[in-house]
Amino acid sequence: MVADFEPWSRDRGAEIIAAHAVGEGAGLPVLHALQAVFGHIPDEAVPIVAETLNRTRAEIQGIVSFYHDFRRHPPGRHILRLCQAEACQSVGSEAVAEGVKARLGVAWHGTTADGKVTLEPVYCLGLCACGPAAMLDGRPLGRVDAARIDAALDEAS
Amino acid sequence: MTARVFIPRDAAALALGADAVAAALAAATPSVQIVRTGSRGLFWLEPMIEVATPEGRIAYGPVSVADVPGLLAAGLLTGGAHPLRLGRPEELPFLQRQTRLTFARCGIVDPLSFADYRAHGGMAGLARALEIGPAGTIEAVVQSGLRGRGGAGFPTGLKWRAVAEAPGARKFVVCNADEGDSGTFADRMLMEGDPFALIEGMVIAGISVGATRGYVYIRSEYPHAIATFGQALVIARREGLLGAVPAFDIEIRVGAGAYVCGEETALLDSIEGKRGMVRAKPPLPAHHGLFGEPTVVNNVLSLASVPVILAEGAAAYRDVGIGRSRGTMPIQLAGNIRHGGLYEVAFGVTLGELVNQIGGGTRSGRPVRAVQVGGPLGTYFPPSLFDTPFDYEAFAARDGLIGHGGVVVFDDSVDMARQARFAMEFCAIESCGKCTPCRIGSTRGVEVMDRIIAGQQVEANVALLRDLCETLKFGSLCALGGFTPYPVMSALTHFPEDFQPPARRAAE
Repeated sequence: MVADFEPWSRDRGAEIIAAHAVGEGAGLPVLHALQAVFGHIPDEAVPIVAETLNRTRAEIQGIVSFYHDFRRHPPGRHILRLCQAEACQSVGSEAVAEGVKARLGVAWHGTTADGKVTLEPVYCLGLCACGPAAMLDGRPLGRVDAARIDAALDEAS
Repeated sequence: MTARVFIPRDAAALALGADAVAAALAAATPSVQIVRTGSRGLFWLEPMIEVATPEGRIAYGPVSVADVPGLLAAGLLTGGAHPLRLGRPEELPFLQRQTRLTFARCGIVDPLSFADYRAHGGMAGLARALEIGPAGTIEAVVQSGLRGRGGAGFPTGLKWRAVAEAPGARKFVVCNADEGDSGTFADRMLMEGDPFALIEGMVIAGISVGATRGYVYIRSEYPHAIATFGQALVIARREGLLGAVPAFDIEIRVGAGAYVCGEETALLDSIEGKRGMVRAKPPLPAHHGLFGEPTVVNNVLSLASVPVILAEGAAAYRDVGIGRSRGTMPIQLAGNIRHGGLYEVAFGVTLGELVNQIGGGTRSGRPVRAVQVGGPLGTYFPPSLFDTPFDYEAFAARDGLIGHGGVVVFDDSVDMARQARFAMEFCAIESCGKCTPCRIGSTRGVEVMDRIIAGQQVEANVALLRDLCETLKFGSLCALGGFTPYPVMSALTHFPEDFQPPARRAAE
């Protein structure tokens, strides 16, 4: 499974925003829809969202920056999230994360030089009885170690 | 007769390879009927698969793809003998000792089969609610003693009554499924394993308080729960559970990675399409909630417990439990634990029983050193407090909270000063920024912990840390800033040796 994000297009962006700006409190649904297609919230999208929802640009920018999920820059082809919360800490998630960072040559939120993987921390995936837990493009992984992460990344193109 | 095999589709089972096992089994025996269920919640045995036999279901686990040919050769489809054969799941001690009311169907039924839901007691609660009417339903929920399972423990029935009595052009039922506490996964399991129970509970809440619209706010970290619950909503509309006789419909809202949105007022702001900022209370959401209208905000487990309370009667629910903690609590055993999983039991079981007898101690085999109960804002308990019974008041009496029922076990390799530092760091990352003690104090807390860990002026910095925790505790609007002192202070109180300068620690 490849994340397969599209490059920003004003027309496509406006179409997505219009399709999701329905009902009350559409802020998050619109931003989620944009990120699902473009992999991030492009700066160019913010004024269109603001205009459509009848809000200020500052408000929309404030929402984008408030929520950890929303990225400001395009991610790699795959997104690897490693849980760093307490239940996973108790079974060595920090060591797993250090190893993965070293092998990929990235820090948190960084993308590998070949554009393949973006590494993100996550605070709980609800897999707390089978940690350390990870998620690769929406695929949950339990009891991970370096080898299991490597194998999952190898499977991903 | 076609053999039926049950394989979980719960995210934790998938994380341990359930899909691959299902695919291998389907490829090897195309005629077998595979039913994907939720999980029974015995995660050290997942993927745990079950086969229907004349003697009932027989479980096998943990099953890997490599085990499939051997299992089939041993007669898996007729319940044949094999080293992975566990016998009847109901007779496994971990399940046998539970009282499953809220999770009665989870792991047994196909979560997206409405026929299964009805066949296993679903819809009886709603039928009863329609029979006794809104006032009678609220009275039954009050009488059951059900308290909010999200963590605050406020009586659910009283909340409903307040909303029913509040004047408002529109009213809402909001389900808080922003299960952000580390060590908790019961909401996720229920939405993936028995979503109709939550829908039925919300419909009952809606009828009782006079709401016609519900929202379920599910965290984005739960893509499988979002997908399953979304499919369940479509089926519920088709089956008339939603949108027909009771004019009530439900919309899913997906969170965006902000822990603070699990706080009810921040959650309401988030549904309104804003930053998830905590609101001052009063006014309470019951009077001035979503879009300024009277709103019931309940946790997944509270709402999903309502159908069984109505179906079985308030007294049946109230009769289990201790003190003012009535009914059952779906406890989640997590972290470094041998038998981790979902353990629904009447209130009153002690922490020590949970960790040692039921949980089997640590997964690493090393001694248990600390147990954090109630998520990142919960207290770290040492084994000397393992006699504490699982009860809202008993935990409060020991400066703790049961929260959403997560129990995270750490072995003796844990450094409690680092855990205290993490509590401050987590608060700094997740603070909504409204209150100064939380927004700034948490960052200062990380710095103070860094100095303590480095052995700089430890006594003075520990005094500063205590002072800072006082300020956070009394100067924050919500539980994020207000409760971050629990893990910090409990680490300091129960594990003072970890806060000593490294040189002195080494000498001891």
